[in-house]
Amino acid sequence: MDVEILARIQFAFTIAFHYIFPPLSIGLGLALVIMEGLYLKTRDKAFHEMARFWTKVFGLTFAIGVASGIVMEFEFGTNWATYSRFVGDIFGSALAAEGIFAFFLESGFLAILLFGWDKVGKRLHFFATCMVAFGAHFSAVWIIVANSWQQTPAGSHLEVAGKVMPPDYLPAPGEWEHSRMVIDNFWEVVFNPSTLDRLSHTVIGAWQAGAFLLISVSAFYLLKGRHSGFARRSMKIGLAIAMVSSLLSLVSGHSSAQVVAEHQPSKLAAMEGLYETTTNAPLTLFGWVDEDTGRTIGPKIPGALSILVGGSTGTEITGLNDIPPDLRPPVQATFQFFHFMVAIGGLLILISFSGGFLWWRGILWNAHSPLARAYWWVAVFAVFLPQLANQFGWFAAEIGRQPWIVWGFLKTSDGLSKVVSANQVLGSLIGFMLIYSLLFALFIYLLNKKIQNGPEGASTETYTEPDWLKNRNS
Amino acid sequence: MDLNLTWFLLVGVLFAGYAILDGFDLGVGMLQLFIRDDRETRICYNAIGPVWDGNEVWLVTGGGALFAAFPEVYATVFSGFYTPFMLLLFALIFRAVAIEFRSKESWPFWRKSWDIGFFTGSFLASFLIGVTMGNIARGVPLDADFEYAGGFFTLLNPYALLMGLTTVALFLMHGSIYLVMKTEGDLHDRIRSWVNPLIIFFIINYAIVTLATLLYVEQITDILRQQPGFFALAILLLLAIANIPREISKGRDFRAFLSSCSTMLLLMALFGIGMFPNMVYSLPDPANSLTAYNGASTEKTLGIMLIIAIIGIPIVLAYTVSIYWIFRGKVKLGPDSY
Repeated sequence: MDVEILARIQFAFTIAFHYIFPPLSIGLGLALVIMEGLYLKTRDKAFHEMARFWTKVFGLTFAIGVASGIVMEFEFGTNWATYSRFVGDIFGSALAAEGIFAFFLESGFLAILLFGWDKVGKRLHFFATCMVAFGAHFSAVWIIVANSWQQTPAGSHLEVAGKVMPPDYLPAPGEWEHSRMVIDNFWEVVFNPSTLDRLSHTVIGAWQAGAFLLISVSAFYLLKGRHSGFARRSMKIGLAIAMVSSLLSLVSGHSSAQVVAEHQPSKLAAMEGLYETTTNAPLTLFGWVDEDTGRTIGPKIPGALSILVGGSTGTEITGLNDIPPDLRPPVQATFQFFHFMVAIGGLLILISFSGGFLWWRGILWNAHSPLARAYWWVAVFAVFLPQLANQFGWFAAEIGRQPWIVWGFLKTSDGLSKVVSANQVLGSLIGFMLIYSLLFALFIYLLNKKIQNGPEGASTETYTEPDWLKNRNS
Repeated sequence: MDLNLTWFLLVGVLFAGYAILDGFDLGVGMLQLFIRDDRETRICYNAIGPVWDGNEVWLVTGGGALFAAFPEVYATVFSGFYTPFMLLLFALIFRAVAIEFRSKESWPFWRKSWDIGFFTGSFLASFLIGVTMGNIARGVPLDADFEYAGGFFTLLNPYALLMGLTTVALFLMHGSIYLVMKTEGDLHDRIRSWVNPLIIFFIINYAIVTLATLLYVEQITDILRQQPGFFALAILLLLAIANIPREISKGRDFRAFLSSCSTMLLLMALFGIGMFPNMVYSLPDPANSLTAYNGASTEKTLGIMLIIAIIGIPIVLAYTVSIYWIFRGKVKLGPDSY
């Protein structure tokens, strides 16, 4: 295998592994703020015990997130040195800002969150929890800014050997070493056309990851008939977040796709498997792309894609046939990952709201109801769904960006480190695979152990619903 | 003072902050292996438990700042030193998860394995950081495009290896003093008895490195020859080191630790002065050296970054100090401890 494919596999592998954890930090961070907020408001010890349990889970995911996160920052330089030289003037600032504004905040207050229960007062502890959650969200801001700028560059121009070039200029092979993007306007870089939509979609996906972890663990306890009070409360918080965020995800996903349609037509065409440029473009619900003949097989809704993108069937959508073959992304992979993500998104809405419905009808906590038990079973395994949707969404976004590493300016194949050999990358890739497999196995083992041990404290076992929280039917 | 010099200093401050703060974490990581008793080992882990993660952020931010302010330097060093940096990443990963995982099971095999992982990760990270600094100071082959032109074994030259060993010695010394400050009773007295031998071990290493620098690393010697005023820093450095055993013998552990921090700050300052304006020295062709000028981002980016730094650094310092204040004093094992 050549160095390009190895470097791409290594980056994909390390970022996919890393991305299991930050969404949990963001989602659980939000849940912890809610739990501790409720504790401060109600002075009910049960919320305190709940926050303590989830804090331990948070600590575990955070540690692996930190350990696998530093790899990402190194890899831009180690494997993509030409890219790093090319984008340093812009991309580096976002990374540095992430470190100074988000990571310091997060890691500093994490110490109080994890170890400060007896060292500081309740209010200061709550403040620390808020800061950790805020830091986790804020780090998403900067990394999404950096990534979105790669997708839809703005606020910058191309320079070759110090000379300003027109935006459509593509440097010759020997010129890459002396080419770079130069910043014009910081705020235009930060608020480039896709930042806000992609940021909201990413953060909402992270909330779902956290919410469904709460729901899954709670459902497990309900099935086992353990910690029922704890489980009810956790599941209520989880379902509340899940219902809101699964709907918001639909909205933010829709507007993200509209930005893709406007700025990255080849990516949209690949996501939808559309070859012919046309008005009244159909939406393929699921299917298979035949890349050789340029056809997509599967059930289609006529005109629906045009309506989604432009609001009317008259909206013309660019098909892949109007994009030069060397500028098309891998269509099948982009199409399938995108469609799986959308399908899971729909499923998450269904699961969240059927849970909400059962809760509302007072059925959800009834261990004798087959409906409730069936729901608990679904809920236990639903924890994987937002994780998969998050991964697939990013796969679609990044595979759909190909062949560009910086859209319209630098191709992925031109961004590699020139001095790194295939054998070096193969060696480090094997190293990462071994270490991450070990970490993942240990993570699952320890998470399972934590869940089996359950929350500590007596009030989680004997649970009486306080008046203000009483459901009208239970 | 121009923006390039400012950023040379700021990146230096971030890496110095990393060395001072994570330096004692790495030192503790190495020293804990020599403590047999599980409860005492736990005290070592918990001495750095609440702070190591924040300390590592100095490296992450330093790396980000290097990427932003000096992309050429970042790209050249990270791609050129590919294999050592991958090993450094593996070491940092093991260090991080060892701290988190060790306490989760009580079997002796589990705990001992993580202790060894913690030691290996900390030792390797310290050593590789030193090797990297040794190489950029002594010089590595760069071509006219600033691409690294050597191989893996070019990096394993005696000077760089010696610098690696010196860094290990420095972090061991620093970590032992930190532990003295954070422990009490029998453990405190035992670690205290390690401090002087570790200081001597460091001084021997440092003396040999200094000698090697004077003999073989002309560009640094030249700078110091032109600016003899900087020898004052070397004298201060010796005073700071000499002050450590004095404070320890008087039982003023915190002041001993401050003295050790000052030692490291002065070491980094001397390193920076010896380097400037070079960031990666090129050998055998010094004309290809990467400097704070030819490796930098545009003035505009450096200016924007300076605003970010001016806003960010005071906030960072404020809560770093607060966290250390909240977790001050001797380690007490509690229900939330590792």
